[in-house]
Amino acid sequence: MVNIPSSINDPIPPAEVEDVELYHPHSWWTTYVFSQDAKVIAIQYSLTAIAIGLVALVLSWLMRLQLGFPGVFTFIDADRYYQFITMHGMIMVIYLLTALFLGGFGNYLIPLMLGARDMVFPYANMLSYWIYLLAVLVLVAGFFAPGGPTGAGWTLYPPQAVLSGTPGGQDWGIILMLSSLILFIIGFTMGGLNYVVTVLQGRARGMTLMRMPLTIWGIFTATVMALLAFPALFVASVMMLFDRVLGTSFFMPAIAEMGAQLQYGGGSPILFQHLFWFFGHPEVYIVALPAFGIVSDLISVHARKNIFGYRMMVWAIVVIGALSFVVWAHHMYVSGMNPNFGFFFATTTLIIAVPTAIKVYNWVLTLWRGDIHLTIPMLFALGFIVTFVNGGLTGLFLGNVVVDVPLSDTMFVVAHFHMVMGVAPIMVIFGAIYHWYPKITGRMLDETMGRVHFWVTFLGAYLIFFPMHYLGLLGAPRRYHEIGESVVNPPSAHDLNVFITVMALIVGAAQILFLFNAAWSLRRGKDAGGNPWRATTLEWQTPTTPPPHGNFGKELPVVYRWAYDYSVPGAPEDFIPQNEPDPEHRSREHAT
Amino acid sequence: MTDVVETETRLPPPRPGGLRGFASDWASDQRTFKNVSWGKAMMWIFLLSDTFVFGCFLLAYMSARMSTSVPWPNPSEVFALHIGGQNVPLILIAIMTFVLISSSGTMAMAVNYGYRRDRRKTALLMLLTAIFGAAFVGMQAFEWTKLISEGVRPWGNPWGAAQFGSTFFMITGFHGTHVTIGVIFLLIVARKVWRGDFDTQKRGFFTSRKGHYEIVEITGLYWHFVDLVWVFIFAFFYLW
Repeated sequence: MVNIPSSINDPIPPAEVEDVELYHPHSWWTTYVFSQDAKVIAIQYSLTAIAIGLVALVLSWLMRLQLGFPGVFTFIDADRYYQFITMHGMIMVIYLLTALFLGGFGNYLIPLMLGARDMVFPYANMLSYWIYLLAVLVLVAGFFAPGGPTGAGWTLYPPQAVLSGTPGGQDWGIILMLSSLILFIIGFTMGGLNYVVTVLQGRARGMTLMRMPLTIWGIFTATVMALLAFPALFVASVMMLFDRVLGTSFFMPAIAEMGAQLQYGGGSPILFQHLFWFFGHPEVYIVALPAFGIVSDLISVHARKNIFGYRMMVWAIVVIGALSFVVWAHHMYVSGMNPNFGFFFATTTLIIAVPTAIKVYNWVLTLWRGDIHLTIPMLFALGFIVTFVNGGLTGLFLGNVVVDVPLSDTMFVVAHFHMVMGVAPIMVIFGAIYHWYPKITGRMLDETMGRVHFWVTFLGAYLIFFPMHYLGLLGAPRRYHEIGESVVNPPSAHDLNVFITVMALIVGAAQILFLFNAAWSLRRGKDAGGNPWRATTLEWQTPTTPPPHGNFGKELPVVYRWAYDYSVPGAPEDFIPQNEPDPEHRSREHAT
Repeated sequence: MTDVVETETRLPPPRPGGLRGFASDWASDQRTFKNVSWGKAMMWIFLLSDTFVFGCFLLAYMSARMSTSVPWPNPSEVFALHIGGQNVPLILIAIMTFVLISSSGTMAMAVNYGYRRDRRKTALLMLLTAIFGAAFVGMQAFEWTKLISEGVRPWGNPWGAAQFGSTFFMITGFHGTHVTIGVIFLLIVARKVWRGDFDTQKRGFFTSRKGHYEIVEITGLYWHFVDLVWVFIFAFFYLW
């Protein structure tokens, strides 16, 4: 029925897709700064995201210092503490994780892995980055604005977000935050449309959807979700901006402040929560699905074995993406809603555990009897699986209404989401950087420094967040500037807080080693060659490393097989690249 | 790294129709939507995303309107014009809607002539569409002015729920912005068609890519979408 080549004897279908009309830069500025090349844009996105991520890392240190040693660091007053919480959360979720996975890895890997010259609209792609940079600058401007950044918590719940009791509420903080979000969404849409159209309409000959590496499936599904979920945040941001600037009452009920009746009346704070979480829950999977995809590829490459249950992995990604749009109100169990809704949202939430569990089983079954190379990307991938399972299990606790209500707003929640969407995706980001750095720069990252970085980060992150579950079960509330000694914070719990703070400082400092490694290896790293991991996917088959402008040589590759032909019996090597025509038709690919 | 193999090609078998054709398109390589260009695919996906934006705006409006504890101003009275000694309800909105729907008709004709490479008629019809669009925005400005002079503000109005003014200005403003952007795009594309850029393969100023007559259709997709959204705004805001 379908005319796709599987071996050298098969005819190759004619090219349906026009070659991307590449813009050939003439100057240093258009080559490295205002570049339309997806690879350069990817690096720009990644460096910007990592830079702003370091700000968020320092903010987390400051928060931990306050929690571990309350009263010692007097410059961290209650207002500053809330500002740090807010900026840490917002930066990490949106400006680091979303931008790095989709803008960074998406831009770099989609054209290369699909055998395309570039994204389909390079100019819009370039604009996407510059608008993202503008959004980051507006966000950072909050630190220097009168009154400082907003301290409303990363969820920005009204009415408190725009009241004078909240830092930045009646100053510039909340205005800059909302403006920055609006800019981010506009910029992301330009990039996101590119990623989706490139995957759907710009693949190489022989590259069917069911031959795409899971990395691309994860990034693609996440981008589609982002295009449908960010509108809700856009609308919520616009409306709250009007509440703050124009005095409308979309989200503001009749309210008195400092004994004075405000002009607001008739708005619904719950409406904001619905809009926010209609974006906010898919956002969790916008971050998680690219991580799922990338980790599948890392495990397969470094265990020299085809991914177990490829088709199930694809469908699990798609099903998780679809389900994540009907679970948002599980973030609102304590906001008050019809109990039937609670039942509905608890059910859908728990159903997500099924495709997620399929993925975890398939990762483990891929490892089973594989030829596991404990390279650094593999270590991070294994670290991801463990952390993710841990965070996923506590998610089952929090998905149930009756269990969630007492645990809500305790450190248990903090521990849960840091495990599942903080540490786990960051593990994958590190693994992916160690994996693709050789392709991006042509040099390997230093192995010894990498191992130290992994073990300190992995064990340290566990030691930070594992005890937090216990604090949460004790009843220690989250988002408190200072708890003091109480029944929920006995002296023993305080010692634990000191311990967590020390671990957080150590893990944060370990990232300096990583940055040093990345800078040092740029010049002095071991020469990587074109395909150091002996991987099958197309980005490793480029004529030069780093890949040239236009990615491939004169002719684009033709794809003969899926991305997972590792250790195929009878093959001369333990991997067969996707563009390798094999006269004997050896492959482990299942018929599509 | 394998050498480039001889790309001896063979025409693919004819594509089956119906559901089997759908399945085989999705199972095929290179393109999921056969015969759909990148630009058109991008516009469709953008419109899907934009649908969610307008959907959220309208849902927020409905939620505000249904949960308000003060009376909602009666649209038939608020949006009436005093003509010939009596109030005619919704007359301006009816004219605006008529103008915008007509502009969809002229746009569709422009697309038709665009594919026939009839530069003159295409450009003139696009210009006519843009004039209709500008007239719509002009009438909207008139309506805003009238309501503002009657005391409607984003934070309150003389007749009831404050959310009336806020949702009205926000949703019609956001839609009006879409129409304005559409008018600008129509004028740009009409100028290119008039000059014959798509026949001489002139490269774009920003993207330095060659344009195609298809851009007329893509602009048309956006324009029809903006019209369709207006139908929903009309139904939910003015007729409810």
